Amino acid sequence: MSRIAATFARLRDEGRAGLIPFVEAFDPDRETSATLLAGMAARGADLIEIGMPFTDPMADGPTIQQAGRRALRAGATLAGTLGLVRDFRAVNDTVPLILMGYLNPILSYGVERFTADAAAAGVDGVIVVDLPTEEADLLLPHLRHHRIDLIRLVAPTTTDERLPVVLNDSSGFVYYVSITGITGTRTASAEDLARDIPRLRKATDMPIAVGFGVRTPAQAATVAKFADAAVVASALIDKLAAGLDAEGKAPPAIVEAVLDDVTALAAAVRGERRAA
Amino acid sequence: MNKPIPNSLRTLPDDRGRFGEFGGRFVAETLMPLILELEAAYEAAKDDPDFMREFQYYLQHYVGRPSPLWFAERLTKQLGGAKVYFKRDELNHTGAHKINNCIGQILLAKRMGKTRIIAETGAGQHGVATATVAALFGLPCIVYMGATDVERQQPNVFRMKLLGAEVRPVTSGAATLKDAMNEALRDWVANVRDTFYIIGTAAGPHPYPAMVRDFQSVIGVEARAQMMEAEGRLPDAAIAAIGGGSNAIGLFHAFLDDQVKLIGVEAAGRGLESGEHAASLARGRPGVLHGNRTYLLQDDDGQILEAHSISAGLDYPGIGPEHSYLHDIGRVEYVSVTDDEALAAFQLCCRTEGIIPALEPAHALAHVAKIAPTMDPDKIILMNLCGRGDKDIFTVARHLGEQI
Repeated sequence: MSRIAATFARLRDEGRAGLIPFVEAFDPDRETSATLLAGMAARGADLIEIGMPFTDPMADGPTIQQAGRRALRAGATLAGTLGLVRDFRAVNDTVPLILMGYLNPILSYGVERFTADAAAAGVDGVIVVDLPTEEADLLLPHLRHHRIDLIRLVAPTTTDERLPVVLNDSSGFVYYVSITGITGTRTASAEDLARDIPRLRKATDMPIAVGFGVRTPAQAATVAKFADAAVVASALIDKLAAGLDAEGKAPPAIVEAVLDDVTALAAAVRGERRAA
Repeated sequence: MNKPIPNSLRTLPDDRGRFGEFGGRFVAETLMPLILELEAAYEAAKDDPDFMREFQYYLQHYVGRPSPLWFAERLTKQLGGAKVYFKRDELNHTGAHKINNCIGQILLAKRMGKTRIIAETGAGQHGVATATVAALFGLPCIVYMGATDVERQQPNVFRMKLLGAEVRPVTSGAATLKDAMNEALRDWVANVRDTFYIIGTAAGPHPYPAMVRDFQSVIGVEARAQMMEAEGRLPDAAIAAIGGGSNAIGLFHAFLDDQVKLIGVEAAGRGLESGEHAASLARGRPGVLHGNRTYLLQDDDGQILEAHSISAGLDYPGIGPEHSYLHDIGRVEYVSVTDDEALAAFQLCCRTEGIIPALEPAHALAHVAKIAPTMDPDKIILMNLCGRGDKDIFTVARHLGEQI
């Protein structure tokens, strides 16, 4: 069983939803993102999403755009991001890691080389924002060969007729983009989720994670009522960015503060019994 | 042309929006249903005689088409070789070819019941054209423009404001056309239900490259007929400048199956070796940006590089996917021209023909000036003079060291 499947099976047994915090690789430098990865796993992250920096993140709001720019200035590359994964896997063999980013750096690295290296490093899933189902054949056979899940995005604009198309051949879990908008801006309400998540459940048996606009423990708890996992990204990056010193470095206290937020978010999803 | 063409080149893209390996629909899932809806709406409109009649009506009575074909006699004499003709799309309402496409797209927006218009712009010509049609049809309009471009294209920024559009400066990246397009895509993701995104160049996710080409192909269709009338034959070469490539594909498309040499001119900026240029085909490699697979300026890690050109309209690190395809199969020859060469051609055009060209077609003219003298006087070159230069006089003055 893959790490992702094992994790969601365990969450089901525990009768709760999971927490998926996000780290932008190399933001503001390699060491900080490595510390955050290890710390998040220790503070109750059930899965972790790692952002692969890109110059033109079209679906991301200002927070992740700036995180990407800091990371690229710090020398982030796709090879460097895979190195972070490798180091994490040397000490943690259970928490699933999901890479999230855009297609061009993967194409540039080489699709087959990327999937082989990602599998060897210990990547469990990949989310490629600008690779809709219609173009997924570019990546899917390679990922499947190396047993990496291609996590599909579903949006509020995805119609009922389109859901089977998007979910065809998908594995791992479904990532529900809960708002029409870019990351870190609006937030879906409990009413929105109560309407949207059952719509997805009708179309799939796979676990559903909800992201885009989940910021606070209270919002994470709301998501945990309806879905199988909550993704929190921009709020954690905002906390980190606000605490950077004059040289753009992250002092230990601010890394600790970000991890305290992870602790609070993890407690919030654990406090919420699943409605289903 | 050396290579035989087994079938027509004018039937692409295929049903996945591909021109060979280029093009496609690389957008976030949030936009995907919209892209498919747009494609269906465009396919229906294209086959609807009423829609096409309306399009033609606005082109004739509002844009002022057909634009003239002008024999540039003094320029021809001065260059001392092939006869040079200008397709004068700078005489269109708003001063460039951009309005052709904007008329088509806003008619489609209206047909789809969209109530809000957004656009990206580099030089500001597409922004002005979009603001113009939005005013004409009474729709609110937001134009995303890189802050750097806002700075160097002040006259067009003010024009857009006069036309009732809101210009939103974009400060991310190098704050030029690429970043404006990112921001427009972000706006669209957030406002999918009521908003129509009028893309200005023949790039972006399918159906945009095909749709923009179709709306711009009126340039080549007219020029082909005008050429037959003036000379009784087709030109030997057709030449156009390329940023994203909408004026070039608009000119070329009618000639793709003919024995006409087609030449696209990229911006070499401060020189191809300087690294400061916008020559995606000469110095880029295939990748995915802004919804399509095409040649891009990028580094070894697949990060997109900043383009440079004296012309804001050519300052883009990608190119329309159909051009990438035509480059790879060798049907179109792509060359490049530096800032300095374009400036010299700009002045040449002013003094020999009494026409102040935009810096974009000045790039095409610079290449005409290189090859016309090498051709016999019975040869004919057709060049797309796709925009007028009023917007560029401040930039040119600065480069010539003059205060205005």
